[in-house]
Amino acid sequence: MAENSLAFKGTPAQEEQLLAVIAKNKELPGALLPVLHEAQEIYGYLPLEVQQMVADGLGISLSEVYGVATFYSRFSLTPKGKHKISVCLGTACYVKGADKILAEVENKLGIKSGECTPDGLFSIDSCRCVGACGLAPVMMIDEEVYGKLTPKEIGAILDKYIAEEGGEQA
Amino acid sequence: METVNLKINNIPVEVPKGYTILQAAKQANIEIPTLCYLKDINCIGACRVCMVEAKQNGRPMRGLIAACVYPAEEGMEVFTNTPAVIKSRKTTIELLLSTHQKKCLSCVRNNHCELQKLALEYGVDEDRFASEDMTYEIDEQSPYIIRNNNKCVQCMRCVAACKNVQTVSVIGAIKRGYQVHVGSPFDKSLNDSPCVGCGQCIVSCPVGALTEKSDEERVWDAINDPEKVVMFFTAPSIKATLGECFDLPIGTNVEGKMPAAIRRLGEGVKAFNMDFTADLTIMEEANELIQRITTGGTLPMFTSCCPGWVKFVEHYYPDFIPNLSTCKSPQAMFGAVLKGYYAQKTGIDPNKMFVVSVIPCTAKKFECTRPQLRSGDGDYDDVDVALTTRELARMIKRAHIDFADLQDEDYDLPFDKASGGGVIFGATGGVLEAALRTAARTLDGEFKKVDFEEVRGPEAIREVTYEVAGIQVKVAVTSGLGNARKLLEKIKAGEADYQMVEIMACPGGCINGGGQPLQSDSVRNYMDYKALRSKALYDQDLASEFRCSDESPVIKMIYDEYFEAPGKEKSHKYLHTSYVPRGNKMT
Repeated sequence: MAENSLAFKGTPAQEEQLLAVIAKNKELPGALLPVLHEAQEIYGYLPLEVQQMVADGLGISLSEVYGVATFYSRFSLTPKGKHKISVCLGTACYVKGADKILAEVENKLGIKSGECTPDGLFSIDSCRCVGACGLAPVMMIDEEVYGKLTPKEIGAILDKYIAEEGGEQA
Repeated sequence: METVNLKINNIPVEVPKGYTILQAAKQANIEIPTLCYLKDINCIGACRVCMVEAKQNGRPMRGLIAACVYPAEEGMEVFTNTPAVIKSRKTTIELLLSTHQKKCLSCVRNNHCELQKLALEYGVDEDRFASEDMTYEIDEQSPYIIRNNNKCVQCMRCVAACKNVQTVSVIGAIKRGYQVHVGSPFDKSLNDSPCVGCGQCIVSCPVGALTEKSDEERVWDAINDPEKVVMFFTAPSIKATLGECFDLPIGTNVEGKMPAAIRRLGEGVKAFNMDFTADLTIMEEANELIQRITTGGTLPMFTSCCPGWVKFVEHYYPDFIPNLSTCKSPQAMFGAVLKGYYAQKTGIDPNKMFVVSVIPCTAKKFECTRPQLRSGDGDYDDVDVALTTRELARMIKRAHIDFADLQDEDYDLPFDKASGGGVIFGATGGVLEAALRTAARTLDGEFKKVDFEEVRGPEAIREVTYEVAGIQVKVAVTSGLGNARKLLEKIKAGEADYQMVEIMACPGGCINGGGQPLQSDSVRNYMDYKALRSKALYDQDLASEFRCSDESPVIKMIYDEYFEAPGKEKSHKYLHTSYVPRGNKMT
């Protein structure tokens, strides 16, 4: 996995926030899980540097933190892109060919699900049902829902976001 | 004591309240098979091998229960071998085997693998369940431990040993479900972690997923190289454990067979006695202690023979580095003596010497590579190779030496004899006791006490105050790094004022080192194998001609001929060393 495809860019403000979260939870039993949730809120993901701060702050080993961070699929070890793509692989979307949609997104961006593009513009994830089964197969980019997709349309949709950034077409 | 009465396979037993079904069954002479359970180390009820059927109040309990964690209850009826139990265990083992790399013939654990034993007992079909092809990269980057996760059964015994016993915690379970595997954070190599190399993970592993980094081939190459003069020396604890690899009872002292076997590995191979450099360590360390006490040096002084402990201080408590005795370990001293004094005495070129230590330890493999332990202006390592007890046993087996029937032989001159103080180095408390013997005699010529039983155990942490020549000498001993951490925190908090502290990284000391013969769960769960191994050393000490290191004729010879006296210039050059802070993070 390209877990560290992008260098960690934490700010002093984020660190201060995280330390406050740790201080608030430190004495509670099972503090690790809520702290990791908030750490992910602050940083968007849980890189080594953040997990190390959590381990040091709570006085537990990095092994333990990493074990929990990799156990729950809710936690991400890779940064999220400026635009978060989420391809629905729920039952309805799946029977309508969502796997081909995901494959096309991965193909166009040159990264796998769970990863982020080197320029930080897009990250891809899959999800289970966004509640829009009538529009299957469905993909979300940030808060925007794209329904009744075919693999052919993917390139144009992505290009729209790239154009906004003034970049070259995918 | 409150007890409960229950029946195991219709046999009535009365056991203390709080016993598990597993413990109660043993009382009825029924050993319920286990895999993830390891006494004092891991008790998580995860592997589902120890499942049994039970009735409570005459009614069958729902489903099978895990004997290793389920408490024995009053009136309970337990059945350990019913068809449902057998079927469940068999399926569990077959599922474990579905992802297990079944290269048993070339596996280092072949014939003493706990999974293999279970598979045979339950007549499993090892190919019943097909698995996804999952291949893990073998981590062999560290100088001491190799992890092959393709053989791992996720019992978590290594993780528990590392985290709960040693509090080092550089490995853990990663991911979930089918993808679970054990490793260091961010799937980095163990070599990138602040691992101390104690090897307690290896001796906890039921299968061949963890092994020492083998150096046997390098030793065979040297033996077969006519240019090389190969010299072995064996650590104090080896005599108490090597026999186990040849089916001798635990605690058999094989001191005489060891040199006989080593000589038979190849022509001209020498077999020296490392108990001699244990004595030498004591001469230097006792002198250092007296110096520190009388001149206001840093106290408490910590023993520095154990390389796992030394690396632990370097990683996790660098502020305590000045407390570590500057004495090299007996292994390192022997290398320096051979390539310095012995080379000079015999005229053998140190570059042609191939020095092999046999040690109970995986951390010693790292110690050999320390740049501080190179001599001849950094031309060569003082010790070329450190072999574990297991590696020496494998070499003896490959050479088809009839170990159990060997007649006793003496070690090679001039490093043949040692005192009882050198012998007990292999057990927790032994280094401190040997140091006390010599330090007390040095300070007070009339001092008669030789047996310092108070420091031997069995408490986890022993604190004793002795009065020697009007000086109050306060000492503490512990083993296992979890206990060491407790002791260090106490010292840090200013709650203790010891003069000397002995710490060995492995619980029980070297006799339970990470390089010692593997004992399966069926031994470790029911037998005090550490006590049996220690007893072999203390028995030999008691029967020794000399009990104190300073009385050994080899010690007298080497100071007369070479080092003059402890703490002199030459001994500082050859017998003392330095340490470096290492950081406690992943790199």
